[in-house]
Amino acid sequence: MDIATQSIEGGFADPVFNAQTVFRAIMDAMARPGSVQALPQLAQPPAPLAATAAAVALSLCDNDTPIWLDPRLQAEASVKAWLGFHTGAPLANTPADAHFALVANPAEMAALDGFSQGTQEYPDRSTTLILLVDDLASGPSLLLEGPGIEKTAMIAPVGMPRHFVEQWKQNNQRFPRGVDIILAAPGSLACLPRTTRIKTMEA
Amino acid sequence: MSAQSTDIATYNFAYLDEQTKRMIRRAILKGIAIPGYQVPFASREMPMPYGWGTGGVQVTASIIGPDDVLKVIDQGADDTTNAVSIRAFFKKVAKVEVTTDTARATIIQTRHRIPEHSLTAGQVLVFQVPIPEPLRFLEPRETETRKMHALEEYGLMHVKLYEDIAKHGRIATTYAYPVKVEGRYVMDPSPTPKFDNPKMHRSPALQLFGAGREKRIYAVPPFTDVVSLDFEDHPFEVQTFDQPCALCGAENVYLDEVILDDHGGHMFVCSDTDHCEKRRGDPTTPLWGGRAEGAGDLATTPATPTPALRADPPHKGEGKEAE
Repeated sequence: MDIATQSIEGGFADPVFNAQTVFRAIMDAMARPGSVQALPQLAQPPAPLAATAAAVALSLCDNDTPIWLDPRLQAEASVKAWLGFHTGAPLANTPADAHFALVANPAEMAALDGFSQGTQEYPDRSTTLILLVDDLASGPSLLLEGPGIEKTAMIAPVGMPRHFVEQWKQNNQRFPRGVDIILAAPGSLACLPRTTRIKTMEA
Repeated sequence: MSAQSTDIATYNFAYLDEQTKRMIRRAILKGIAIPGYQVPFASREMPMPYGWGTGGVQVTASIIGPDDVLKVIDQGADDTTNAVSIRAFFKKVAKVEVTTDTARATIIQTRHRIPEHSLTAGQVLVFQVPIPEPLRFLEPRETETRKMHALEEYGLMHVKLYEDIAKHGRIATTYAYPVKVEGRYVMDPSPTPKFDNPKMHRSPALQLFGAGREKRIYAVPPFTDVVSLDFEDHPFEVQTFDQPCALCGAENVYLDEVILDDHGGHMFVCSDTDHCEKRRGDPTTPLWGGRAEGAGDLATTPATPTPALRADPPHKGEGKEAE
């Protein structure tokens, strides 16, 4: 299949209702950090972009939101063409210019503080990171607390960025500035807003 | 799903176009991530005037889906003009199921009350907000209030509350009582009576706030600390009422004064009509004998709600709503 065909196929079958379904899953996940929201496969993007991350991008990105792609996605012309055709979003030149960042290889990704953190006056002008992970249950456990969590929540995503716990602590300390993370796994997603703290377990 | 999308020929689902919804959805996510921070958004003109809940309507329109059950209240009542017309609006443009039952609703759009029935996880409360900036009447310049929020400089708000004490001997603010969210942002809970402030604290429901004219969206995620500002020697207190509701006998609920005649007859009834009607319909509720002053025969409590006891006259178009 050539790039032109690949970039046209695989969008939302029903843009209005699919976008709403995906958004509600993201909203619930963001409001209840650590909760895993199931999501049917609604988009068929070219590899290495995965269905869940693609659905998130389709429901939130448009010509107002520059997207930054990590090197693995950047290398695929078909991914850029697909996102371009379906969302109309421009590509950000640097992580600091991005409203959204799609990261197919989180383990190798750049430091969180390289992305836009917002300003003290406008902390909302920050990058939302969409990390493609293999699953949310079999990696190292993260014990979470903060707004949206009654007591504690547990999540165990596979293939998180290096020194993630330490980087996330620094992200917490920048509050109200900081990045938010959407973890996109096959068939499900979870969120880590900047308010969520990772409790380090005393061993 | 596809049947539903072909049903709606004139409008996009839930009235707003998809790009607007995406813009509002992004603002909502940022609001949830930064509890109490007012996210600017490109508010649209809606087919109703500012002040009628255009902010709340835009938030509701952006989150609502075909499976949602919508409840709309205005000062606690399901049957007042604002509530009825917004409910009718979403029935028309989104074809969603509407209800007056608090427990059954998945989205509750509200003007200035939080229902008496405790909310549950999974429910979303959407507030209509006139002035989102709690510091606006103290400092009119947006550039300054933004800096004050950035620097967490809220001394002015405490001075305002202190001036209340100096003038009246107590904090006289009774509605739009400022709160601090998760120990960081001072937030206007919208003009709800301060009676409802404690319900915001660690609520299991997600609370979203939309201000259409002022173009701001903010949020309080579930289980988030919402603390009303006060002083050690003047702790925050909610309103109390001497009498229970004259219709259902409920205590510890927020009451509205209803004028009954031209001779000073009045009574206090639940502001939350759903709560009141449920209690009156429930045979196990101990009935209150009626203590409305000078209310005469009207005060005898009927077992079922009757139109004669309504807090407001029925208005045009209300009967058309099949609920």
